[in-house]
Amino acid sequence: MKIGIPRALLYYKNEKFWTTFFDEIGAEYIVSPETNKEILTRGENISIDETCLPTKLLLGHIDWLIDKCDYIFIPRVAFHRGYEMCTKFLAQTDLVCNTFRDRNIKTLFYNVYDKKYNRERKAVKKMGKFLGVKRSRIKYAYTTAKQAQQYFEMFREQHQQKVLEESGKIKILLVAHAYNVGDKYVGEPVLGTLKSLGCEPIIAEYMNEAKCIRASLEVSKTMPWAYNRHLLGAIELLKDEVDGVILLTTFPCGTDSMVNELIVRKYKELPIITLTVDSQDGTAGMETRLESFVDIIQLKKERA
Amino acid sequence: MTHREVVACFPHIANYAYAFKYLFENGFEVKYLIPPPITKNTLELGSKYSPDYVCVPFKYCMGCYLEALDLGANCLMQIYGGCRLNYYGELNDCILHDMGYKFEFFDMAAVDWHSPKSIFENFRIINPEMSIAKIVKAAPVTLKIIKMLDKFEDFIRHNVGFEVNDGEFDRTYKEFLKKLENLSDGKELKKLGKTYWKKLNGIKLNKPAKTIKVGFIGDYYTVQEPFSNYFMEKELAKFGMEVYRQMNLTSTLINKEHRKSQKTAKKYAKFNLGATANCTVAEAIKFAKEGCAGIIQVKSFGCTPEIDAMPILQNVSRDFNIPVLHFSFDSQTSETGIKTRLEAFYDMVEARSGK
Repeated sequence: MKIGIPRALLYYKNEKFWTTFFDEIGAEYIVSPETNKEILTRGENISIDETCLPTKLLLGHIDWLIDKCDYIFIPRVAFHRGYEMCTKFLAQTDLVCNTFRDRNIKTLFYNVYDKKYNRERKAVKKMGKFLGVKRSRIKYAYTTAKQAQQYFEMFREQHQQKVLEESGKIKILLVAHAYNVGDKYVGEPVLGTLKSLGCEPIIAEYMNEAKCIRASLEVSKTMPWAYNRHLLGAIELLKDEVDGVILLTTFPCGTDSMVNELIVRKYKELPIITLTVDSQDGTAGMETRLESFVDIIQLKKERA
Repeated sequence: MTHREVVACFPHIANYAYAFKYLFENGFEVKYLIPPPITKNTLELGSKYSPDYVCVPFKYCMGCYLEALDLGANCLMQIYGGCRLNYYGELNDCILHDMGYKFEFFDMAAVDWHSPKSIFENFRIINPEMSIAKIVKAAPVTLKIIKMLDKFEDFIRHNVGFEVNDGEFDRTYKEFLKKLENLSDGKELKKLGKTYWKKLNGIKLNKPAKTIKVGFIGDYYTVQEPFSNYFMEKELAKFGMEVYRQMNLTSTLINKEHRKSQKTAKKYAKFNLGATANCTVAEAIKFAKEGCAGIIQVKSFGCTPEIDAMPILQNVSRDFNIPVLHFSFDSQTSETGIKTRLEAFYDMVEARSGK
């Protein structure tokens, strides 16, 4: 039995956790390749026009996977660290099942449906049972996988902290969801441009999640979304250490459309630029905007 | 002792302002301002101060607040829900305060509904001296008003297309609403309801035995607020169709239909899709089974739960062999475009039901 993991949405958040878990329980799996033109076009053709870009990419990746594996892993996650998720994550399993109904796809059942702290573990247990793995094996695999993910995140954060302290370049905080930063089509052009302009991109997503969510409580009381709280908290923690902030969103992201407005209103002294990416080609516009943004920051720095 | 006169206000949604007015004037003992009816101006005003691609209901709320503040409202209120609506309150509050207005903001999303203390403290924003006894007394009447409004509107929806004298339903209903504004107690409501129910039933109709029925579904705000769907129900009625709609406050607040809806939609959506998406799917299935000739889905642009429901609706459409028309409304939608699409839809539905 072969499991297919689409390289989209939650994969970028749980990469090490999932791959380690499937390795440990001895399941065979394939991960779809990095986003390319073909996947994007396929995703666009299958989905409703108004759907947000990450979901289009998800459908594209699943389309790539369909004939290459037996089961497709599309988790449904409604809550994360006690906070809500965007409704996209609640609906993605049903969305995929309905979109590909004629092609007979089978999905792995994985459902985190309420706020309880051990819901994720139970969801994993259920999935392991379905795959016919012994309970002790699942338990061991879960612990190992969780640790792998934790260490991965810890080292990533430590490395970034070191860069933050030592680098003499202009530091720009890139605020974007994990599935936007990591994607080859959305995040990589921005990171590449920033590096070629001689800046040091600091990625908000790499900051410690628990710490960030705690920090975000000071800025917003009722913000319901865990991932947006993570990003907001990262800005709050780093606001004195970075020279500028880039808000990178995909069109039309539901949560970002409101949270970005709040960020712009709360941090008036920080230079902030909003970049919106949709499925159109061409990075020239984005490059020009970034260039002028970096120029302004440089001028500001020289004057100070 | 309150030093200021409180004027509370919810943003407009259908005609429920009359029910809220009763609750706040008799229960909380504060003045309630019914915001002026939504016009193009409201939407323009709202869009000007809202983020670009936020969903349209936010812009309507914003416009309503701004108009109400100019009329002297000083305690704005916002509800909460399963989607972006959860965050409306804080952002509304933030933007309006940045604009320099002075007011209190009661945000239901900030209330911890599991703790009575938090509920009490938050409701004290509206009136620090509120008496719980009076609120408890006023609440049932409020629910009755909501039920009555929905019952009347349902009746009108089914029959307005077939009235002999144009505009009679509209006139009678407006008269009823005007009387509702100065309601004193439950007894008066009962009397008022009886008279106007008789009056509505007495209106001359020219209804054929077999009519074309259409199901009307969509996201919570757009489907209920007539301005935000460009008075589509009226347009449909003009073609001589009977409009069916389940989504209203009675079905969600009192009858809790949304709990049943997940079961009805189970074949298509195993899980909760967020906000009203499951209701949309369940209603579509229900209308299809009840013999509607077509289904119209209205939603605001970028409404995530409704977008997720769209592929499911397409499957429903295929299985039940029923046409589904999707409308997406933004702050700039042309009326002629909508009319053309509706005409085409009517022609198709008529041709299908004729054979």
